[in-house]
Amino acid sequence: MNLTLKIWRQKNADTKGKMQTYEVSDISADMSFLEMMDVLNEQLIEKGDEPVAFDHDCREGICGSCNLQINGEPHGPDRGVTTCQLHMRRFKDGDTIVIEPFRAKAFPVIKDLVVDRSSFDRIQQAGGYISVNTSGNTQDANSIPVEKENADMSFYAATCIGCGACVAACKNASAMLFTSAKVSQFALLPQGEVEADRRVLQMVEQMDKEGFGNCTNTGACEIECPKGISLENIARMNREYLKASVK
Amino acid sequence: MAKSALLKSSLAKKYWMAFTGLFLCLFLVGHLLGNLQLLLPVSETAKDQFNEYALFMTTNPAVKVLSYLTYISIIFHAIDGLMLTIHNRKARPQGYVSFKPSTNSMWSSRNMGILGSIILAFIIIHMSMFWAEMKFGGLDDTIYTTANGEEVKDLYTLTIKTFQDAQYGLIWAIAYGFAMLAIAFHLSHGFASGFQSLGVNHPKYNGFIRKLGYAFSVLVPLAFAVIPFYIYFVLEKI
Repeated sequence: MNLTLKIWRQKNADTKGKMQTYEVSDISADMSFLEMMDVLNEQLIEKGDEPVAFDHDCREGICGSCNLQINGEPHGPDRGVTTCQLHMRRFKDGDTIVIEPFRAKAFPVIKDLVVDRSSFDRIQQAGGYISVNTSGNTQDANSIPVEKENADMSFYAATCIGCGACVAACKNASAMLFTSAKVSQFALLPQGEVEADRRVLQMVEQMDKEGFGNCTNTGACEIECPKGISLENIARMNREYLKASVK
Repeated sequence: MAKSALLKSSLAKKYWMAFTGLFLCLFLVGHLLGNLQLLLPVSETAKDQFNEYALFMTTNPAVKVLSYLTYISIIFHAIDGLMLTIHNRKARPQGYVSFKPSTNSMWSSRNMGILGSIILAFIIIHMSMFWAEMKFGGLDDTIYTTANGEEVKDLYTLTIKTFQDAQYGLIWAIAYGFAMLAIAFHLSHGFASGFQSLGVNHPKYNGFIRKLGYAFSVLVPLAFAVIPFYIYFVLEKI
């Protein structure tokens, strides 16, 4: 199929970017979206032009690296997939596809479609961990009983790959779904209880510092999340935070 | 840290938004129950009843406490909402060329600020027309003694005449209906959203809360909106 691509081009973080139009031809319906981008870049390189920079790593939907805003939606029109799992069969011959970077003050553009998501790392570093004694007498995790339901919910929260689609989809560029998933995965386990108060207070404080917006409960994040992280996590974070704040 | 967390953080703003919003939902129910008395057939009894009720609502100490809580809630809800909106705008300085939020969220949930602004404008006009007249002496020359021997201001006649006015009655009723529509959309998201912000979310009860929110957002504003049209079209002219 032949496609028209409108892509955000920006030389570096300090320059102003703009949308640029490209034509690509002979795209197979079996290609992934990123493979289509590879074809475009090969064409550009052959012509001596600068290829389009975009993030990618595992290309199997588990690393959270790829992050394109495709036709107004993070990771494109399909639900429950990352950009690398989106296939060109989803598009028709002659389609125009608008490709932009995820937009948020806390996700500054580095180049073209690549944004700096280290704000997520800093939220995680602020409290998204548990302190474990590793001096040689570490307790076997399996010896601590965990209710099956909590174990499952904790696991679902932990499936968040930190891609940033929640921020990209949110009209307020809020990072509450991400932060709440990272709070929840520990809040639901006995291992996470020890640092529960400090964790939620510090992670929310860091989230605010990074310049993310607030949650309006529109639910856009949950719909666009490639891993289906539920709004239930945000409510849990709200409870955890309230509990920690009044102590 | 914990103390400032409950006042300044993003989550604190949401808690207060939810708390004041849900309190105002209760206020709406109370206000509606009072207003429904305007549907009574025109008579001295209906007039006395409504005016005695209005007197009670402006003088009873317990009601006064609730009134001040309501004023504070409205002001706080509006200011907090404005602050949240400004902050949210700043969180995405460069917008998208193509953005399709309609594929993942409801219109009302994305436009709470606009809906809230319409409602605030309505509240200001509404209070200047009735509340201020009652409070600041506009109705002092209408004071009379009811059959029960109570000295009351005649808010009843002012209300009925406003919506029965030959020139502007219907326009006021339509404007009132429009404001109720804004409230309906605001509540269709706000009611359930308030619970979520306060952390009340459980798969077992979410469906119920959402349905209750939709029912509330349709029934309460609809019942409010019916009253001015009923006064204009059906009620006996006074």
